[in-house]
Amino acid sequence: MAVELMKGNVALAEAAICAGVQAYFGYPITPQTELLEHMAKRMPELGRAFVQAESEVAAINMVYGAACAGVRAMTSSSSPGISLMQEGFSYIAASEVPCVVVDVMRGGPGLGNIQPSQSDYFQLTRSAGHGDYHAIALAPASVQEAIDLMGLAFDLADKYRHLVFVVADGLIGQMMEPAELPPMQPITRRHDDWALTGADGRAPHVITSLQLNAPDLEALNQRLQAKLRIIHDTEQRSTEMLTDDAQLVVVGFGTAGRIAQTAVQQARREGMKVGLFRPITLWPFPEKRLSALADQVSAFLVVEMNTGQMIEDVRLAAGGQVPVTFYGRTGGVVPVPEEIYDAIRDLYRKLQSRPARE
Amino acid sequence: MTISAVEEKVVYQRPESLSDVPTHYCPGCTHGIAHRLVAEVLDELGVRERTIGIAPVGCSVFAYKYFNVDSAVAAHGRAPAMATGIKRVLPDRVVFTYQGDGDLAAIGLAEIVHAATRGENITTIFINNAIYGMTGGQMAPTTLPGQHTTSSPGGRDIEITGFPVRMAELLAGLTGTAYVARRSLHNVKEINRAKKAIRTAFETQLAGLGFAMVELLSSCPTNWHLSPPEALQWIEDYMVPYYPLSDYKVIEPVQDLMKR
Amino acid sequence: MQEEIIFAGFGGQGVLFAGQLLAYTALAEGKHVTWIPSYGPEMRGGTANCTVVVSDEPIGSPVTKHPSIAVVFNNPSLEKYEELVKPGGLLVVNQSLITIETHRTDITIVRIPATALASEMGDVRLTNMLLFSAMLAQRPVVSLETAQEVLLEKLGARKAEMHALNLAALARGWELGREATPASESA
Repeated sequence: MAVELMKGNVALAEAAICAGVQAYFGYPITPQTELLEHMAKRMPELGRAFVQAESEVAAINMVYGAACAGVRAMTSSSSPGISLMQEGFSYIAASEVPCVVVDVMRGGPGLGNIQPSQSDYFQLTRSAGHGDYHAIALAPASVQEAIDLMGLAFDLADKYRHLVFVVADGLIGQMMEPAELPPMQPITRRHDDWALTGADGRAPHVITSLQLNAPDLEALNQRLQAKLRIIHDTEQRSTEMLTDDAQLVVVGFGTAGRIAQTAVQQARREGMKVGLFRPITLWPFPEKRLSALADQVSAFLVVEMNTGQMIEDVRLAAGGQVPVTFYGRTGGVVPVPEEIYDAIRDLYRKLQSRPARE
Repeated sequence: MTISAVEEKVVYQRPESLSDVPTHYCPGCTHGIAHRLVAEVLDELGVRERTIGIAPVGCSVFAYKYFNVDSAVAAHGRAPAMATGIKRVLPDRVVFTYQGDGDLAAIGLAEIVHAATRGENITTIFINNAIYGMTGGQMAPTTLPGQHTTSSPGGRDIEITGFPVRMAELLAGLTGTAYVARRSLHNVKEINRAKKAIRTAFETQLAGLGFAMVELLSSCPTNWHLSPPEALQWIEDYMVPYYPLSDYKVIEPVQDLMKR
Repeated sequence: MQEEIIFAGFGGQGVLFAGQLLAYTALAEGKHVTWIPSYGPEMRGGTANCTVVVSDEPIGSPVTKHPSIAVVFNNPSLEKYEELVKPGGLLVVNQSLITIETHRTDITIVRIPATALASEMGDVRLTNMLLFSAMLAQRPVVSLETAQEVLLEKLGARKAEMHALNLAALARGWELGREATPASESA
């Protein structure tokens, strides 16, 4: 595959195709519609399933159905549509079927607007639906990373029989950038041990999220939690730059992290010991690495395109060791490096005026 | 003790497509009859091993325990969407949904209408008993005018609640449907007619002709506060006049199937 | 080298395509590049702009408050972006449609009667190509030759006369861009 200029939404779609997605179900919503449109063209060409559903509710339940049949299945939407899908997320998590969902986030709450936002962080990382679980959430900051994480999303979904979100925003969805697709994976049959394919020569398989007997449901939850603990312990991912000697580390995911990178580089040119930490997994949050950094730095500055959501995870990871401050824009306003630089400079000056940390 | 001297002839037995377990249905409830009819048809068509059933939310939520086929339980009303997902990736399997009136005609109206209008090649068995059974007898979208339920305690007042939904007629109006019929389970003759319709609905799918639904008027003695025989009589006296038994949509290739 | 370029105008003026041509050309030259459109609910006729970042290094932020270059197609775009161009930056103005006076003296300002010229050349849709190559003449973010090759490739199987017209527009814009006396220098 060659490097080509690709729009984020199209790259996400084609990367899913390369990863062997056999069924896509979706509903148009800005700013992710190009993903659906690309699937509408490509999936039938490849003899794979595409349905434009009557709603996001129907779309996620179609995904649930196809996933029950043991194939790689996905949908994509943007914030208001993700809210509608929450019912399905909960059933999917309870039933332990692998599904991938792309959220190209836009400004909220309500109908909000169609500009880029990161305000679905709580929704996606805490509990995307009722009940006691977390979904895996992967946050790319570039078109290439969107492609790479799309493949990883399907692998993790299959490995853990779990729901995986790819968390983008309107900017990544609409941006064109050079990127390279992976080779097309062959379609392979998976999950014959539990998938619904017809009880031919075996006992029937049943997929249900219903457990009326409380101890049974408690046992199911404990099994889920055991799985989530393994995911929590083994799947934390992050990237960082210029953190070795940093006194101040900026923490941002996705687009906010990428924009902050330019501000951090500017601050370095001005002689400030500033680094960048960018979580790639939002759940599990990369707390191991961040708490190690908390031993080293004097403060964290969290930058988000919301009013402060991931900051709660940063505070938990920092464990009260260092101050955690916040800079954010919301409502679809994308921060520019200049304003993040100002926030870095102001905080850095404050740190300088304090006695150094032991 | 051996009775081999007596010549035995099996005249009635459990279809292979029904699991050998007691159901949780109330005495006199016709879900059991509907289950048996579906199971007999799956046996007769020889498709049990490649059938996938989708249970609803409602009294028949445990249908997956009773049908001896691969099954899933959908979220309330979403069985047609789930069935769409399965059928689209496994087109050679037989996929059916089994849904009640709250599930199909209220919360899942969008999903059934769109599965039908897309002409999804699936089969839907729709149990209309004019009430929410599992939650204890509330008004359903198919509750008759004047009918007493726990959420229409003075009788369903159409001035306030509007009118019951006639699903067979509604879906028959969609170009995408291939076969839509309404039958009843209140006596032997109608049960036999119901089975034929169920068979046609599955044959429609096997022939790749598109969406088929059989609506079955069904009893709920518990929540109607009637004895089982009274409940069957109530279907005949009150439900059948409001929900006429008929074939509402039979596209020509399905008519040909029925002649065979 | 890193340049941040904003193309801004009305929808339908080829604003987004001018940015894409720059992005594709930068890719062809092995540079790092990002292209981001403004996107709004209007499908046609609204304001449109896109930001292109071209760099020799991997690109951090794909957005900027202060672009090094702004190519403005209409009055609202001039009003918005003249203020924002970095000191020492470049402002390319579509003289045909922009009636507002410019006032910055710390940036290079080039005025090209692009819409009128495009009409003279026979197709008003050439406006974007004229402004694009005038920009390159002042700031060779990418080479004109690569841009010409990429443009022909993007036009694909369209009529040969379209190819010729577009190439002619690129050449004419380049000449005008070279000849233009930048406002900051004449000031």
